[in-house]
Amino acid sequence: MSLISWGMYPKIKNQKFSLRDRASLSEYMSNTNECIPFGNGRSYGDSAINEHIVYVKPYNNFLNFDENTGILTCQAGVLLSEILDSFVPRGWFLKVTPGTKLITVGGAIASDVHGKNHHIEGCFSECVEEFSIMLEDGTIKAVKKGDGLFLATCGGMGLTGVILEAKVSLKKINSKFINQTTIKTKNLKETFEAFENNKQLPYSVAWIDCLAKDENIGKCLLMVGDFADDGNLEYKSKKKLSIPFNFPSFALNTLSVKAFNWLYYAKAPDGISKQKVDIDTFFYPLDAIGNWNRIYGKNGFTQYQFILPKENSFEGLQEILGEISASGKGSFLAVLKLYGKENKNYLSFPIEGYSLALDFKIEDGLFELLDKLDEIVVKYSGRIYLTKDVRVSKETFEQGYPQIDKFREFRKENNMDSKFNSLQSKRVEI
Amino acid sequence: MSYVLIIGAKSDIAKEVARTYAKNGYNLYLAARESSSLEDLKQDIEVRSGVHVELKEFDITAYETHENFYSELGEKPLGAIVVSGYMVEQKLAQKDWNESLQTINVNYTGAVSILNIIANDFERERRGFIVGVSSVAGDRGRKANYIYGSSKAAFTTYLGGLRNRLYESGVNVLTVKPGFVNTKMTENLDLPEKLTAEPQDVANDIYNAQQKGRNVLYTKSIWVLVMLIIKHIPEFMFKKMSI
Ligand SMILES: Cc1cc2nc3c(=O)[nH]c(=O)nc-3n(C[C@H](O)[C@H](O)[C@H](O)COP(=O)(O)OP(=O)(O)OC[C@H]3O[C@@H](n4cnc5c(N)ncnc54)[C@H](O)[C@@H]3O)c2cc1C
Repeated sequence: MSLISWGMYPKIKNQKFSLRDRASLSEYMSNTNECIPFGNGRSYGDSAINEHIVYVKPYNNFLNFDENTGILTCQAGVLLSEILDSFVPRGWFLKVTPGTKLITVGGAIASDVHGKNHHIEGCFSECVEEFSIMLEDGTIKAVKKGDGLFLATCGGMGLTGVILEAKVSLKKINSKFINQTTIKTKNLKETFEAFENNKQLPYSVAWIDCLAKDENIGKCLLMVGDFADDGNLEYKSKKKLSIPFNFPSFALNTLSVKAFNWLYYAKAPDGISKQKVDIDTFFYPLDAIGNWNRIYGKNGFTQYQFILPKENSFEGLQEILGEISASGKGSFLAVLKLYGKENKNYLSFPIEGYSLALDFKIEDGLFELLDKLDEIVVKYSGRIYLTKDVRVSKETFEQGYPQIDKFREFRKENNMDSKFNSLQSKRVEI
Repeated sequence: MSYVLIIGAKSDIAKEVARTYAKNGYNLYLAARESSSLEDLKQDIEVRSGVHVELKEFDITAYETHENFYSELGEKPLGAIVVSGYMVEQKLAQKDWNESLQTINVNYTGAVSILNIIANDFERERRGFIVGVSSVAGDRGRKANYIYGSSKAAFTTYLGGLRNRLYESGVNVLTVKPGFVNTKMTENLDLPEKLTAEPQDVANDIYNAQQKGRNVLYTKSIWVLVMLIIKHIPEFMFKKMSI
């Protein structure tokens, strides 16, 4: 069985080596010309795809937990969901979590993922105290915060080696509930104001209606919140529904997107409303339906996520949302987020500003539209998120990441570029 | 909280079964040969779930040691799950009697030996549950896999009888028939995706079926249908097919 990523595109034949112990990995690496680590395939694009894959998910033992510091030591194949299952009932939560809990710790480090609290807590690497990694010659390095290898590996998309174990610090919580406030806005200006007015709250995210036109461009539902304090920690992952097969491709057209958006916005009352929701509903709404990627049909889909510096965010978003609504290629998911300061890692995605993420079904004309969007992103000095990408050009990519040459040199100096490669790393030549 | 005994604890399925029971609050006895190699798993489960895990040295084909093994368990388990299994390629088993014998001994004789002892205890105490992991391969003899398949067929029949006998004493026996599972054992086979289960899913299915007191579990459930069809192909046709 070949491994594919969440976007189900591209599909290529590959051979996997399942990681179970260090010794056989080092032997495998000495016998393999080129490979790329693969966690749980929740990246959308081709960053974990190649002909030879090191499948890290089976390497998933918990090694230690220190109740005093909240530091968990575990192997890189552990899923964030497994951490929650074990530790929420004991009053601990991840400091940083993306919108799905079905990713591995290794994948979280390699993409340096961010959550709804980036403006306060930063990226996943903030809560990684140290990790160990197997390099191209089979040696294992212990890497501490601030090391060159730390800066290159966090956000480095698996291109520096195979992350083996990590120490991840958790944060204390006193409830499995979030006190959530939902704010409905009419346009982008109101949306930005709502974000800025709620900056002091740790969690915020907005769902944009990307088919809205003209003066309604940028209308959204903004959700903000923080953990409640009621002592209820009886957390159990919900049983999930599953989509058993790929939907026929006509299932998802502009009309159904419109209907979805209409229903979604109609659900929320005007103005401001408050709810108490649990962890899964607040952080991981999409995990409730397993394999929801299949609704896009067997040709797959992609996510387009870019970020713009704060000073350009308003103009840039206005332009991009206008372009999308004119194209009629909508997306169920258009997620807008506010980000805090960027970190020092060579290839981490976040910079201070706003980012938008949109899902698109792969179909004729899509890549042309995305190329157009790229131009706007470049014009406003933004960048594209590698973990969601399958198509960005070398030039667009490079323009957004000023530290790319440092990264390339680092790879070359340490012979990483001959061993670790993905379809993506070849496309954008990193 | 009570203990569950897992026999053949080294397999990928066993590892996930162990984690699932631990997650639900059970302490564990993990029994296997060279059980010290399970230190990592013990550590993992203790950190994950905060339960107590004891590693026990156990050889399923060393029948004469089974009485002692069971009587030396400090606290008697509330449930026993037999996951041990042995599978070599049919061609090899055909040629090499020792491989055939090992298949029969691990999958059937050894399992009967230890389960006889456990069943007697559970029956006397009128409590407990038994789970035996058999295989869909036991549902029909096929040329591709009949030595392994016949040992599993025998085990399936044994479990069926045991279930009947223990019914009165309130001890439930669950027969599990996994189809293809994505494990070390099948790593290099090209398995059909829709029919192939992940060990975690198999473990969850086992836990849920056992808690509900069910009798027979096919996992994935699609195998009920697949095997229903395969079992009903008339023999005169079946022998010409290469399933
Ligand atoms: C519904 C959904 C919501 C999401 N929301 C967010 C979000 O809010 N924020 C965000 O930042 N991301 C988000 N993502 C993206 C996701 O968090 C990242 O793609 C993550 O890296 C996936 O991890 P994985 O374990 O599945 O890794 P994979 O997808 O398998 O791999 C991703 C990258 O990590 C590398 N990698 C994996 N394991 C290792 C290892 N052990 N050592 C070295 N390199 C490794 C791979 O080579 C590859 O480059 C979302 C994805 C989905 C499907």
